[in-house]
Amino acid sequence: MLYIDSISKGIVIDHIRAGAGFSIFKYLDLDKADFTVALIINAPSKKLGKKDLIKIENKIDLDLAMLGFIDPNITVNIIEGEKIVEKINLSLPRRVEGIIECKNPRCVTSMERNIVHKFVLMDEKDGVYKCEYCDQIYSWEG
Amino acid sequence: MLQGKHLIDPEDFSIEELGSILELAEDMLNNQAKFKDVCNGQILGTLFYEPSTRTRFSFEAAMIRLGGRVIGFAEPGSSSVMKGESIPDTIRTVASYVDIIAMRHPKEGAPKYASYYSPIPIINAGDGGHQHPTQMLTDLFTIKEVKGKLSNLTIGLCGDLKFGRTVHSLIKAMSRYENVKFLLISPNELQIPEYIRTEILANKDIPFTEVERLEDVIDSLDILYMTRVQKERFFNEADYIRLKDSYILDKEKLKLAKDDLSILHPFPRVNEISYEIDEDPRACYFDQLKYGMYVRMALIAKLLGVA
Ligand SMILES: [Zn+2]
Repeated sequence: MLYIDSISKGIVIDHIRAGAGFSIFKYLDLDKADFTVALIINAPSKKLGKKDLIKIENKIDLDLAMLGFIDPNITVNIIEGEKIVEKINLSLPRRVEGIIECKNPRCVTSMERNIVHKFVLMDEKDGVYKCEYCDQIYSWEG
Repeated sequence: MLQGKHLIDPEDFSIEELGSILELAEDMLNNQAKFKDVCNGQILGTLFYEPSTRTRFSFEAAMIRLGGRVIGFAEPGSSSVMKGESIPDTIRTVASYVDIIAMRHPKEGAPKYASYYSPIPIINAGDGGHQHPTQMLTDLFTIKEVKGKLSNLTIGLCGDLKFGRTVHSLIKAMSRYENVKFLLISPNELQIPEYIRTEILANKDIPFTEVERLEDVIDSLDILYMTRVQKERFFNEADYIRLKDSYILDKEKLKLAKDDLSILHPFPRVNEISYEIDEDPRACYFDQLKYGMYVRMALIAKLLGVA
């Protein structure tokens, strides 16, 4: 197996569904990073068969809230002094901006060019979001 | 304090804030002279991206009666400056000239989007089929004026209860007052949406009954709020033929009603209220138009902080 050094300080984003790693890599703007980052795809996994993972070195202050919206099964470990100091439990974020689009053709988002699509979580259990502008429902499906 | 706030959604204001607007509207109705100069030197901008002469006149007359002035456009085609311009740019431009904005737009959520960029109060004057909060204020003020109260009432809502946004807003608003009972009169396919039935009515233990025919319940009503039923909304021809006359208020049905029934309608009407009852003292829908102007006066004055 391909061997990537374990990191002494940083973030490991693990258990990404195989194939989804690259889009998360891009979503987090890691292609523009000035620190060391490794994207590993198709790593063997007991839980998933195959998985993707991302290792980020020397950086722990990334905004990862949206990962819960992309896939709540992802695990995030914060590493300091070669030890896991924090496991972040992902959950559906209260607000989602600029990720999903409102499908209502009568919504103002269908007309304005620079408008950011915004959704607000209505029901955490069922993953129901509502467009902040027109109240159109969006059901989250992992 | 309502000064500087926007009114985008009918639920933006607390019951106390609504109360203060209705109280001021009543004062304005009874003491017009006292308020004729309170908006002196102030300008209302009416941005009507789709024509609605009725609503625009109501806002403009309201501002003029407060001593203010009005500029605006009645449809986007009449204003090449605004054509193709983004909402934030238009709002920032207009907000440099005026003190308060009434905005009507065919797209849902447009006034909310506008409010994010506006340093001055924005009033949603209707956004597509979405919200129309000043209609809700008009309906509340009308009920308060004709009944002298907003509690202990049996309210009948008749017609298209599924797509009629004014009906949904009115149920939400009235469900906040004591001892209000609803009779919901519509064909089965045009009943109130499920979220109103469960979240608003059942959740708060508010008594309501759903029936198909107006003539079966009209005798128990204090308020009858009529809306239009469009033929296209029926699923099948047989139902339409069987029920269509149940949603037209005429002299015959009115004979069954109480003497102190008050008939309301958000206007414009098509044929759901027969012209023969316009002279009946129970017909309140023309007064409702007048009350609509007074409640808009009160709203403008509150948002500008001048009364
Ligand atoms: Zn929307």
